[in-house]
Amino acid sequence: MRFLLIEDNMQLAANIVERLQLDGHAVDHADTLEAAEDLMAVASFDLILLDIMLPDGDGRSFLERHRQAQERVPVIVVTARSAVSDRVGLLDLGADDYITKPFDFSELEARCRAVLRRQGGAADNQKSFADTVLDSASAELRFAGQVISLRNRELRLLEVFFNAPGQVFAKSHLMDRLFSLSDEASENAIEVYVGRLRKRLEGSGARIETVRGLGYRLVTA
Amino acid sequence: MKVFGSIRRRLFFQLAGVAAILTLVFILVVRGVAERAAEGTQDDILTASATAIADSLHSEGGAITLDLPYSALSMLGTLNQDRVFYRVSVAGETLTGYGDLPLPDLVPNLGARVVATLDYRGEPVRLVSVSRRIGPAANATTAVITVAQTRQGLAAISQQITWTATGVGIVFLLLATALSLWAANSALAPISRLTGAVTRRGPSDMRPVRAETPEELVPLVEALNNLMARLRASLSRTEDFITEAAHRVRTPLATVRSQAEITHRKLNKPHHKQAIREMIRAIDQSSRSAGQMLDHAMVTFRSDALARDTLDLRALLAETCDRLEPTAELKDIKVLRDLPDDPVTLLGDGILLQAAMMNILDNAIKYSPDESDITITLQQGDQIRLSISDQGRGFGNADLGEITKRYQRGDNVGHVVGSGLGLTIAEEVARVHGGRLDITHNQEGGACVSLLF
Repeated sequence: MRFLLIEDNMQLAANIVERLQLDGHAVDHADTLEAAEDLMAVASFDLILLDIMLPDGDGRSFLERHRQAQERVPVIVVTARSAVSDRVGLLDLGADDYITKPFDFSELEARCRAVLRRQGGAADNQKSFADTVLDSASAELRFAGQVISLRNRELRLLEVFFNAPGQVFAKSHLMDRLFSLSDEASENAIEVYVGRLRKRLEGSGARIETVRGLGYRLVTA
Repeated sequence: MKVFGSIRRRLFFQLAGVAAILTLVFILVVRGVAERAAEGTQDDILTASATAIADSLHSEGGAITLDLPYSALSMLGTLNQDRVFYRVSVAGETLTGYGDLPLPDLVPNLGARVVATLDYRGEPVRLVSVSRRIGPAANATTAVITVAQTRQGLAAISQQITWTATGVGIVFLLLATALSLWAANSALAPISRLTGAVTRRGPSDMRPVRAETPEELVPLVEALNNLMARLRASLSRTEDFITEAAHRVRTPLATVRSQAEITHRKLNKPHHKQAIREMIRAIDQSSRSAGQMLDHAMVTFRSDALARDTLDLRALLAETCDRLEPTAELKDIKVLRDLPDDPVTLLGDGILLQAAMMNILDNAIKYSPDESDITITLQQGDQIRLSISDQGRGFGNADLGEITKRYQRGDNVGHVVGSGLGLTIAEEVARVHGGRLDITHNQEGGACVSLLF
């Protein structure tokens, strides 16, 4: 996925870029509307993250122009205002969703995922390993003629493994991906989810292997 | 405001009062003039009668004789049933007539008359005396002729005229009263128009009053417009402040939080990670508290001038669910919607209603365990009932009546970040829309929060 982040707060932008790259997305950053429009002229994006208060204008006017130009690229507005104080709803202005600062990265990721899913999904929504295909858009696992639907956390956990087959992931790393940092969760929870994924993968060409003392990895059965 | 009197009433009573006084004066004047005219007529006839009697006095060889002409008294008979008295006295001696009819104190001069009104035989009479010199010029004597008549006819005429005058007066008074009412209303019409123009406007319409204003009310309307301009400025300052404050608080917190989250990922030692998690919780707590306090302020602010748009509660609720679905999905919570087939219309402020639903649903998601269900029901019967029911921990032993008070939270919130304002906001929104918030515990555990309109 290729994201365009329009945000004038450099530190925040750097953090968002870093986190989204970790999820396997390519991110271009623009700190002004002008820079954003320059980028959009030369590249195509799957999703735009838009701050509302920018040095060279209001993000809303960008949103309006964007919608008038019949652009189908979804936009998630990142705002420091609360919904209650906004006279005109951001969704009415053509945003696909909005997220209020400060936000949890997992919430941002969830909102991006939901918007992209509504959009119909892009080509690289499917990842395969061995005989198994993981479809993020429909949250399905397909192998040997079977279609298994996955819960959200199961999907997110499997995505981590499918993004880097063979790589060992520590429990704490997986925890971070699965739970919000303000959630109270223990590492035992990861064992529960890995246990479930193993059951889901039964009969497929892939399995999750425990690497004692280090974590888990995806290997061929 | 102290209501003191009514301009309309005062104007009406003053105009009607003036009309009543004028009517009274009219009646009295007409009666006075008529009486005087009638009296003058009677005096003239009495004089003519006395003169006729005087003309028929003869002096024959020292003796004075009177050949009383019939017409002298018959001319008086035309008046009603009045009785007529006369007396002719010569040099103090009564020649003929009623001897006890009083003579005038002064002998009237020749060609003049003396009139008097007095009681005679128990009745008021009008009395006219004339004098005449009788006899040869050398030893002529003075004869005094007095003719009197009772005043019944006069009284009758006077009464008749008074009745007529009173009748005319009453008709005039009635007309004048009606006209006073009309005049009072028409004088106050501009005020009514102005009042209408001001009361017709919506609660948030702060534009200056532009209605046609009579000269006398211009200062008042100008003062009103000035007040409204000040209020407008103050309201927009309040709104700007709330929006700006939210922005100023949240922006730096967003940077810090994202930085902390990135750092958390890079750290390996569990106690370092734990420290960062504590930090993130504190950031969430403060941003949530600040946000909710400002939202609460905005809700209070918007409630003062509540918008009355026609809303579809079903669509609003569906939008709210869509909006929170990703958050619920993060915990594998299913949001089950039980919505009616038809739109549910409600008059109100969409943003406030959505804030209320958002707060309740957000609470439900926060306090629900992973992989549980939240059921949202919207029913329209006698009242509209919007319920959000979860399988969470409920409110513990907290008093359900107290839970909506500011900064009150259940006694079982544990580590869940919250401000204690979510339900306060929801309740306030329900209240300003003429509804209420209903909180119950489900039998199988969990809480059910309903908005009733």
